[in-house]
Amino acid sequence: MEKIEVRGLRKIYGGNPERAIALLEKGQSKQQILEETGCTVAIQEASFDVKAGEIFVIMGLSGSGKSTVLRCLNRLIEPSAGSVHVDGVDVTRADRAGLLDVRRRKMAMVFQNFGLLPHRSIIRNVEYGLEMQGLERRESRPKAMQALELVGLKGYEEKLPRELSGGMQQRVGLARAIATDAEILLMDEAFSALDPLIRRQMQDELLELQSRMNKTIVFITHDLDEALKLGGRIVIMKDGCIAQLGTPEEILRSPADDYVRAFVEHVDRTKVLTARAIMRRPESVVHPKDGPALAVKRMRESGTSTLFVTNQARKLVGLVRIEDTLRLMAENKHSLEGALVTDLPTTSPDTPLAKLVAVAATTQIPIAVVAEDQSFLGIVSRATLLASIAGEQH
Amino acid sequence: MSTLKIGEGFEELIDWLGTRGAPVFDAIRSVLTACINGLESALLLPPSYAIITVLMVLAWRLSGLGTAVFTALGMLLIQDMGLWKATMETLALVLCSAMVALVLGIPLGIWAAYSRVVERVLRPALDLMQTMPAFVYLIPAVLFFRLGKVPGVVATVIFAMPPAVRLTNLGIRQVPTEVVEAAIAFGATPRQTLLNVQLPIAVPTLLAGVNQTIMLSLSMVVISAMIGAGGLGEQVLKGITQLRIGLGFESGIAVVILAIVLDRLTHALGKPRARSS
Ligand SMILES: Nc1ncnc2c1ncn2[C@@H]1O[C@H](COP(=O)(O)OP(=O)(O)OP(=O)(O)O)[C@@H](O)[C@H]1O
Ligand SMILES: [Mg+2]
Repeated sequence: MEKIEVRGLRKIYGGNPERAIALLEKGQSKQQILEETGCTVAIQEASFDVKAGEIFVIMGLSGSGKSTVLRCLNRLIEPSAGSVHVDGVDVTRADRAGLLDVRRRKMAMVFQNFGLLPHRSIIRNVEYGLEMQGLERRESRPKAMQALELVGLKGYEEKLPRELSGGMQQRVGLARAIATDAEILLMDEAFSALDPLIRRQMQDELLELQSRMNKTIVFITHDLDEALKLGGRIVIMKDGCIAQLGTPEEILRSPADDYVRAFVEHVDRTKVLTARAIMRRPESVVHPKDGPALAVKRMRESGTSTLFVTNQARKLVGLVRIEDTLRLMAENKHSLEGALVTDLPTTSPDTPLAKLVAVAATTQIPIAVVAEDQSFLGIVSRATLLASIAGEQH
Repeated sequence: MSTLKIGEGFEELIDWLGTRGAPVFDAIRSVLTACINGLESALLLPPSYAIITVLMVLAWRLSGLGTAVFTALGMLLIQDMGLWKATMETLALVLCSAMVALVLGIPLGIWAAYSRVVERVLRPALDLMQTMPAFVYLIPAVLFFRLGKVPGVVATVIFAMPPAVRLTNLGIRQVPTEVVEAAIAFGATPRQTLLNVQLPIAVPTLLAGVNQTIMLSLSMVVISAMIGAGGLGEQVLKGITQLRIGLGFESGIAVVILAIVLDRLTHALGKPRARSS
């Protein structure tokens, strides 16, 4: 059971949703249905799972149905069909009391233009969700203070929202959501109204907060860079349908269709793709078991002039060059010891390509990708690196 | 006489309504009478200086020193002109009418804000109510309540209610969608949303409606002197019909003073924060 399970979700605005759904099932397009019934199909059909603890990003052009999907999760918008299970309970079938309970305890929402109550002080805004939970002031005040501290706004309790900058107001919005202890955060373009600089700062802070709080976050954006930065998984919506769902790398590396491709075309791939995504599994020999003869044979087979050397535990030891290995053979040595080069360029698998370029510029040999414990994962050659930056498929 | 006998038909309709609706009209009449009498005695029983002091303090607290001074001088002038009683009668009618108009108009405005259908029905009705010449309202009032203060109040309520409805509706609709969504998303019931979020945010617009309603009430109450509502309007009317130019002028001044005082007081209601911060 996943945290949120959405199945066959549909939303049709207008007077005759049943007929629109019937036409949808016959395969008619959004446009045809609008002409025939006057109904707007906001979500044609959406099914997806959100896992506990992940940041799930919904992305798409304006009007693609992102906000509608999000609002169907807490029934701010009533879905026309389909189900939404939260912790295994179907929210779409919840009665009035059940729905209020879900909204008060399970999900908290953060809005694009903050949605703060203009007539209430900052602390009273943060307390709002707790007030709805039925808490007394003396219980809610410390919780609200804690949330406010968490977003770095201690000292602003008694100000009014309009006295704060946009970035600060959104922190209040975030504090209000966090204060309720809801496990799920719904964020609708939460950072879109902020300046680019503040926006990036808020993204970092959200990631930082998330590493401590481990909430399940559904985050809407129409900014791909933001999606790639925050999203553990990303769903790309098009005309009320899911065009693709996957990790940032999957979406960048194999866009499902032209729509998604157009989206990812202008991304700075060097910041998003990492060494892990483009590395190849290399030929290698094991030291001290294998000798120079085997090394030369492997190099011949793979047509390279260098070979990586690992130990029995597959940890990287170094590398040998063809000329040194041939010399060892001529000298009738049985160990690679004399030819081992240990001063190599290495990188971690999570290094973005942008940083790899700098490493690659200093050396001719391929860069070895090693995990934290030094185990050898793969190599990135200059050719692979250049090809990936140019956006080639692998 | 019209060949279609419109007049006769209308008379029959009114007769029918008058007999069928008698209990309703009687109830309205007694409630309004009680309201008017109560307010009148509250304003006329205490010595005039007490009333002036209260008004002055109110003006000072709500608006400022300037308004307080104006109020005091204006009211003293009215007393000096011998129009105190008439002015207080008018004030009682204004307060009673405005209260009824607000009690009916604000809920109607809330309803209109919630329902597009209601708004669509109300809008032309309100437009009509505001564009018709004021004394047209005297006709139905007289038909059902004959002459006196009660029909005066009824006509005034009809005339003065539109801004209360309109501005309540507007004030609630002006609350940003996201703020309302936020309230609901955190689990507010519709009632909680209305009382804790929509109405408080709508207050400045709502108070603009209160101000307009009171000002319209004053103008209509003066006109209702034509159907015997008394007060300053009666003095103005005397001035006109008996060619007593002096009396007409003095009563006119009293109306203007009352209008300015009421306007300043209710106008200031909407912006208490501007002063306190
Ligand atoms: N209340 C409504 N009545 C009718 N149609 C609506 C309503 N709300 C949204 N729509 C339509 O539903 C579709 C999806 O809207 P939605 O707000 O979910 O898009 P979005 O992806 O969030 O876009 P944006 O990036 O502009 O916020 C749009 O075509 C929109 O016009
Ligand atoms: Mg949206």
